Amino acid sequence: MTYAIQADGLEKRFGETQALAGVSLTAEAGTVLGVLGPNGAGKTTMTRILATLIDPTGGTAQVGGFDVVKDAHKVRQLIGLTGQYAGVDEMLTGTENLVLIGRLLGIPRQESKARAAELLERFRLTEAAERAAKTYSGGMRRRLDLAASLVGRPQILFLDEPTTGLDPRSRNGLWDIVRGLTDDGVTVLLTTQYLEEADQLADDIVVIDRGQIIAHGTSDVLKSQVGGQVLEVRPVDATDQDVVARIVGELAEAVPEVRDGLISTPITDPQLMPAVVRRLDDAGVTVGELSLRKSSLDEVFFALTGHHTDDIDAEAGELAEADKEGASA
Amino acid sequence: MTAATFAPQDLSKRVSPGTAVRNTLTLAWRNLVQIKHNPMELLDLSIQPIMFVLLFAYVFGPPMEGSVDAYLPVVIPGIIAQNALFAGMSTGFGLNTDITKGVFDRFRSLPISRSAPLAGRIIADTAKQAWSMTILLVVGFAIGFRIETNVFALLTAFVLLLTFAILFSWTSVYIAMKVNEPEKVQIFGFVVIFPLSFLSTAFIKSTEGIPGPVAWVMDNSPVTHLVESMRGLLVGGPALEHASIALAWGVGIALIFAPLSLRAFKKRA
Repeated sequence: MTYAIQADGLEKRFGETQALAGVSLTAEAGTVLGVLGPNGAGKTTMTRILATLIDPTGGTAQVGGFDVVKDAHKVRQLIGLTGQYAGVDEMLTGTENLVLIGRLLGIPRQESKARAAELLERFRLTEAAERAAKTYSGGMRRRLDLAASLVGRPQILFLDEPTTGLDPRSRNGLWDIVRGLTDDGVTVLLTTQYLEEADQLADDIVVIDRGQIIAHGTSDVLKSQVGGQVLEVRPVDATDQDVVARIVGELAEAVPEVRDGLISTPITDPQLMPAVVRRLDDAGVTVGELSLRKSSLDEVFFALTGHHTDDIDAEAGELAEADKEGASA
Repeated sequence: MTAATFAPQDLSKRVSPGTAVRNTLTLAWRNLVQIKHNPMELLDLSIQPIMFVLLFAYVFGPPMEGSVDAYLPVVIPGIIAQNALFAGMSTGFGLNTDITKGVFDRFRSLPISRSAPLAGRIIADTAKQAWSMTILLVVGFAIGFRIETNVFALLTAFVLLLTFAILFSWTSVYIAMKVNEPEKVQIFGFVVIFPLSFLSTAFIKSTEGIPGPVAWVMDNSPVTHLVESMRGLLVGGPALEHASIALAWGVGIALIFAPLSLRAFKKRA
């Protein structure tokens, strides 16, 4: 069978920087593939290659069965792209932005207008339809951007960090839209820094780090690998740290991390919590803070790679610098 | 799972020439319709030239040529040329805005002609140039400037100016590819074009009395040749030789900066 998206050993080098170091992935038609990773992991570079904006320096990729380099024009007839930075013309109104895309796709004027009205309605932008996009809020701009990528009814949609910088309400709204798309049979590749987002939307998740895929599976598989939740305990008396770490470690069957007096460990079984409380009580430890919460991307990373995402952020900064130098060289 | 398979689809292999033209015109429309929401731009295209004409004519006219009337044939063609150079920077400014805002990526992800975004912008900017030149002639006419030649020469003047402007605007396209904020295109434009336009005969009749090396630079400046050909075509005098030299400069500039721009763009993308 042909996958909607298939990449084999994709590589991309910007001067000295290896942004992608052999990425292979597949997405079945009608599913959402979540690409999870911190800043600078190579998510955007990968998306740009798959959306035919840049050529890989190694490896191949097919989108809709067509090679992204050799058959780029065909690929472009199948895809929609919503980038990290909203690609809407701020000087044009919502309607004009969408009509422009429709006209560029060869849709007749009247039909373009009807399609624009329909999409604006669907994305709750009808009231703002005749206002210049520069007056829109961040959430509205993202919705307009997403609407623009849907004008041509793409079969495959690339969403590069569609909710980064959005407030929770706008984010939830966008999630609903993405869910609605897959109901229509659209294949979505979504990059994100948020584990929760991938968990909510993706059928399949790949975790990308330093240009390489380091984990792959469904949300449940990943969680069972890294622990879906994190148990955190802070004893009132810092001298109890070792006791707490020992008890938590025994019960969770893992080596807990101790950072600034906080003992934390990923766990897979929520039933562990009461046991921990009992054992701490038996040991006479007074607990100042005790919580069970969902793992963050950082913890998934720590579990998978042994390093935190902020280590990579520093490198991402260097990468951005290298990019700039590349641009001005 | 039938929905899961991607059967080979009947898609066009490349953009047809007709589609390319249509894409270009659509994007030209997009650049012009922006003016509707940003009337400041039209003001920029109109007020600045009007202000220049009035200030130069009434402040410099009497001391330079004895009267405003005598100075108008000198300064109107000069300001037309200078204005074209400044306006050429807007091509780079708009292009850089599109790139930094992600609009350019959106266009490039669409099945449209690869050259349409740039070509559309150049067409729109050429229309704006024609508008500015018309405004300058009308304001000039209102304060006493007269075209001493004929309609054919006037049309030639338009064609020459717009052609030179398009060729010259490759410099601003190149800068747009190299900088990370649109404002830097403007700053660069100002720093280069301001001296370039003054080191010419745009505001004076001849370089007589100007120190040797400076006069040499002025006499051989492409701007001087553009200005002199505008004068020839609008108020009479030798135009052909100046026009040929100005165009040769323009072609040379485009031949250098167009490939440089494309290379810079590929590197940037």
